[in-house]
Amino acid sequence: MTPDDLYYSKEHEWLRLEADGSATIGITDHAQQELGDIVYVELPDPDTALEADEVMGSVESVKAVSEIFCPVAGTVTEVNGSLEDAPEVVNSDPYGDGWLIRLRLDDPGSVAATMLSAGDYDKHVASEE
Amino acid sequence: MSLRRTPLHALHRELGGRLVPFAGWEMPVQFGGVVSEHMAVRRQAGLFDVSHMGELRVSGPEALPLLQRLTPNDVSRLVPGRAQYSALTTDSGGFVDDIIVYRRGEESFLVVTNAANTARDLAWIRERGGTAAECVEDLSDETALLALQGPRAQAILQTLTDLDLTTVRYYRFAEGEVAGVPGTVARMGYTGEDGFEIMVPADRAEELARRLLEAGSPEGLVPTGLGARDTLRLEAKMALHGNDIDEDHSVEEADLGWIVKPDKGEFIGRDVLVAQRENGVTRKLVGFELRDRGVPRHGYPIVVNGEPFGEVTSGGHAPFLKKSLGLAYLPADACEPGQAFEVVIRGRPVPAEVAPTPFYVRPGKKKKKKKRAAAAAV
Repeated sequence: MTPDDLYYSKEHEWLRLEADGSATIGITDHAQQELGDIVYVELPDPDTALEADEVMGSVESVKAVSEIFCPVAGTVTEVNGSLEDAPEVVNSDPYGDGWLIRLRLDDPGSVAATMLSAGDYDKHVASEE
Repeated sequence: MSLRRTPLHALHRELGGRLVPFAGWEMPVQFGGVVSEHMAVRRQAGLFDVSHMGELRVSGPEALPLLQRLTPNDVSRLVPGRAQYSALTTDSGGFVDDIIVYRRGEESFLVVTNAANTARDLAWIRERGGTAAECVEDLSDETALLALQGPRAQAILQTLTDLDLTTVRYYRFAEGEVAGVPGTVARMGYTGEDGFEIMVPADRAEELARRLLEAGSPEGLVPTGLGARDTLRLEAKMALHGNDIDEDHSVEEADLGWIVKPDKGEFIGRDVLVAQRENGVTRKLVGFELRDRGVPRHGYPIVVNGEPFGEVTSGGHAPFLKKSLGLAYLPADACEPGQAFEVVIRGRPVPAEVAPTPFYVRPGKKKKKKKRAAAAAV
């Protein structure tokens, strides 16, 4: 189920390395399931510089609010504006149309060095339950 | 401390309920999802297990005078077969709990309490009721309570009972069998929809729930959890004890003055509540709508005219109205619909505005005109 071409954080974000060296970031299927119906997504402004593990926004479900952490350092180049009117897409397509931000990475090499593989992420999720 | 379980625990698991701790109980917060359950109750029907709530039997010659002393509403106005919303009030007119009082006979009553408060309510009744409190018996463990709510509720329930539900009007109840299970069927709820609360022996509850779900599923009935119960009651501006009402806020401040009937005689908190009705209150519970994006939640700070003024008591995203709504105590001179103030969401002040309540009124139901002028004249 967990796509194996992505990197994962222990805080349940995923990251895709794009061909141009940028990264796309979202929250995992497990995260959206735990949150339940998502009603509001708060994202950083473009050009915001983010540190690794810095809070970059929040996802609010009917039940709770959850902070989103930027897994690696970089500068925001684009945010998924369509979530403003359709936040539920994060539930229905977390790895696709429900992406959150695109990031120009300070150090593309830090991704593989600090983030989890799909297999390790699944083990992490299992260990939390 | 281990969590208590209702008689429907196994069924909740079987139905895929996500079980969470709530008021010392392990309860389903959702089955299919809070939003879909919420919409099902607004459009068809939902079945809630509220067996965690408490049931106290109050009976004998002391029953009526005891309840009259402990509650602000006039129990003597109840005829058998009717129920009333009321409270256990403190000396300062606050809420030990909000309750529903059923009158089953001249000297026979039933009091339904909030799960988290049942033990405390009993202690309060014994402390303040003296020897008369000996007529109170806790039936909570042997009693299950199911809430069937939504526009299809009556049609579903009628297929399983010989009781003529059209005669069971709002805040009335009848005793009889549902799907062969003896119980009490009351027309009331906590969702803003038409519906029933059905009280049955705990050991028959699962059988009844299964029959209801089976009979109701062609009508769109789904099992519903506490998550949807909370969003539904918020849209209907029904107060939640522990959030919106508590010992520190009086019945008048909570905008529930209609349950205060001072002419019935003495009751705990009467002096304060009468004075507040005559002189006005300094703060009042109102509904509000967020004017900008975000979700107001319980505990978020409120700023009125640049000054901090308490916190959001309940708030959230309303699934049917698709708005961010909440409840809060505001200064009495800042309670009119349209009044602007701010809710601080994670450090950011977000504009909000007092809104007319209830936020949601079901189709065909008229908004109640406030009878404050008439009440004040009594």
